[in-house]
Amino acid sequence: MSAAALAEGDRRVALLGNPNCGKTALFNLLTGSRQKVANYAGVTVERKEGLATSPAGRRYRVLDLPGAYSLNADSADEEVTRDVILGHLKGEQLPEVLVCVTDATNLRLNLRLVLEVRRLGLPMLLALNMSDVAARRGIEIDLPQLSQRLGVPVVPTVGVHRGGADPLLAALDAMPATIPAPAPPWHPPTLAEITETHRQVREILRVCVREPEVDRRFDERIDRVVMHPQVGMAILAIVLFLMFQAVYAWAEAPMGWIEAGTAWLGEAVGATLADGPLRSLLVDGVIAGVGGVLVFLPQIVILFAFILALEDSGYLPRAAFLLDHAMGKVGLSGRSFIPLLSSFACAIPGIMATRVIANWRDRLATILIAPLMTCSARLPVYALLIGAFIPERTVAGVFNLQGLVLFALYLAGILGAVLVAFVLKRTVGRGLHHPLMMELPTWRLPNLRNLALGLLERVKIFIRRVGGIILSLTIIVWALATFPAPPADATGPAIDYSYAGMLGHAITPLFAPIGFGWEICIALIPGMAAREVAVGALGTVYALQGGDEAVAAQLGPIIAGQWSLATALSLLAWYVFAPQCLSTLAVVKRETQSWRYPLLMAGYLFAMAYLASLLTYQIARSLGAG
Amino acid sequence: MWSTAAEPALAAAEPQPAAPAPVSLASLHRGQRARVVEVRLPQGIHGHDTNLVLRLLEIGFVPDERVRIVAHGPGGGEPLAVRVGGTMFALRRHEAEHILVQPL
Repeated sequence: MSAAALAEGDRRVALLGNPNCGKTALFNLLTGSRQKVANYAGVTVERKEGLATSPAGRRYRVLDLPGAYSLNADSADEEVTRDVILGHLKGEQLPEVLVCVTDATNLRLNLRLVLEVRRLGLPMLLALNMSDVAARRGIEIDLPQLSQRLGVPVVPTVGVHRGGADPLLAALDAMPATIPAPAPPWHPPTLAEITETHRQVREILRVCVREPEVDRRFDERIDRVVMHPQVGMAILAIVLFLMFQAVYAWAEAPMGWIEAGTAWLGEAVGATLADGPLRSLLVDGVIAGVGGVLVFLPQIVILFAFILALEDSGYLPRAAFLLDHAMGKVGLSGRSFIPLLSSFACAIPGIMATRVIANWRDRLATILIAPLMTCSARLPVYALLIGAFIPERTVAGVFNLQGLVLFALYLAGILGAVLVAFVLKRTVGRGLHHPLMMELPTWRLPNLRNLALGLLERVKIFIRRVGGIILSLTIIVWALATFPAPPADATGPAIDYSYAGMLGHAITPLFAPIGFGWEICIALIPGMAAREVAVGALGTVYALQGGDEAVAAQLGPIIAGQWSLATALSLLAWYVFAPQCLSTLAVVKRETQSWRYPLLMAGYLFAMAYLASLLTYQIARSLGAG
Repeated sequence: MWSTAAEPALAAAEPQPAAPAPVSLASLHRGQRARVVEVRLPQGIHGHDTNLVLRLLEIGFVPDERVRIVAHGPGGGEPLAVRVGGTMFALRRHEAEHILVQPL
């Protein structure tokens, strides 16, 4: 609960409202970048708190509660919201003032929650958000009358305009200070009570709101195209294509700069220090590790810029609508699609993007299968092995055999994911039908300020929580591959004498049935830092000199001469499935708030990889490729 | 706290003599308008979906509310985009079958 920047004396305010009511925009306007994002204790729900200062100079600690349709919770998000305002959430103080945020253009839906919360008798304010849009649509709301009916102050707000929260801050200043008392016992509403509340909402709307016939022509015209079964799918394909094209194309240059900068810094530092463990730690451990963290940023920033803009505009839920049926067949929902597609670039932003999936079980299933999407870090390994073992030959007149093998590797990952999702559906999700019930909000133009704040938040989370783990793992892997130093009369490569070398030799018998020699086993260990590192590590094992590309070029003929085709195919199969990436496991730990799921993931992926490699190796050998 | 002045009963209005029989929301075609009669557990289907019924009511599928199918998804008419009381929701067929409507 203690946030360093937030003084204890400030009043605690909680924002509560339906999803899509513009609550987060209002929160951003109130607090700017003075936000602290964490998780609620013990759950994976994001906790956002920030500091707001009223024009009169009073300070408020504002908590942005997860969006909820009802206190009768249907998801982990809604449970948190209910428990916070009922004072049931451990480690969470009762808010002193509740601000019910509503979409002023959709009070019919939003007021029901307001009435439900009003019955708890907590000090409360009603914010009619998006009041500018409501005014433009000719919706007239009798504020004094509404305030009198509800018995709470009512203020208009505009979450996307500077000064749009001032009426709210003024109203907060005017609220008498109260000592928060726990809410009276709450019970889930019955059918009759819900119907009665809706009746009251209609009555209030009849008296307080004058609304002209809503003009939905604009929205519906877009929806008719965007949600069309065929045309909509074609548009979605184009949007996704452009998005991933951008992630690849735009990220390439900055990633190159980061890599070049890291290399330059490594050389600069290396030149000033004497050869020894310290230099190696700084250059190969710390600097390479920091570079390894930063190199993910361009893809994360570009991907999230698209995702946030698509979400904010209202397109993302419509894309989920289009894909829901196909994804539902394997027990996922339409919302799993973008995270999975992102995982083809890198599982790390992909797993971070699962936050758009509200349903926890869907989200977990998506996280668990994300590493099966063939990420770009596997490509150097694939390129090396395919180049060395698969002849360049034309098949069936048009297809390139090397290309076909690459395609088969991608396909194997996808089929593996379908299989795992299906097994999860049949085991963890057995007998449970989970409804979609997803709001398709009105189209709107994404707000740049919210976009920027959202991006900043993702970057901060990545660097702070994931970066630290990736950096420490890189240093550990470096230490394993460096110590102990080889004896003075060493004949083999240095790595052979290190802990990584010993470990590699120790696991060799285990990997013999799948055709891996000790060279591969050793290379797999530094390859845990990132998949592509395995290529460089193989180069080290074969005592090759030069840069990455030179090593890869020399390595091809060597392994082509020394390995059997069965071994190469087996290693390819291994790389399709194996969790050869500690960073992914680190991000899963972070996103699921427990060691259970990364361990489960590592376990099942290793099992699948071993099985796939075993089958590949044994079948290839029996066909004479041994 | 607020007025509870009488209003035309919200609970399902008497079916009008000439009106067609209530059907499941899932059976409407695109663009068709209807009026919600009730939300209930579909017959013959497992009975643990009380929370689903409550949630459908909470998001606005209350008796007498006007609904309209805006779009069908590409998977054999699933999911459905339904406009109810000014909001559009995507429902799977399973949820839509809980909602009984009177086509208008």
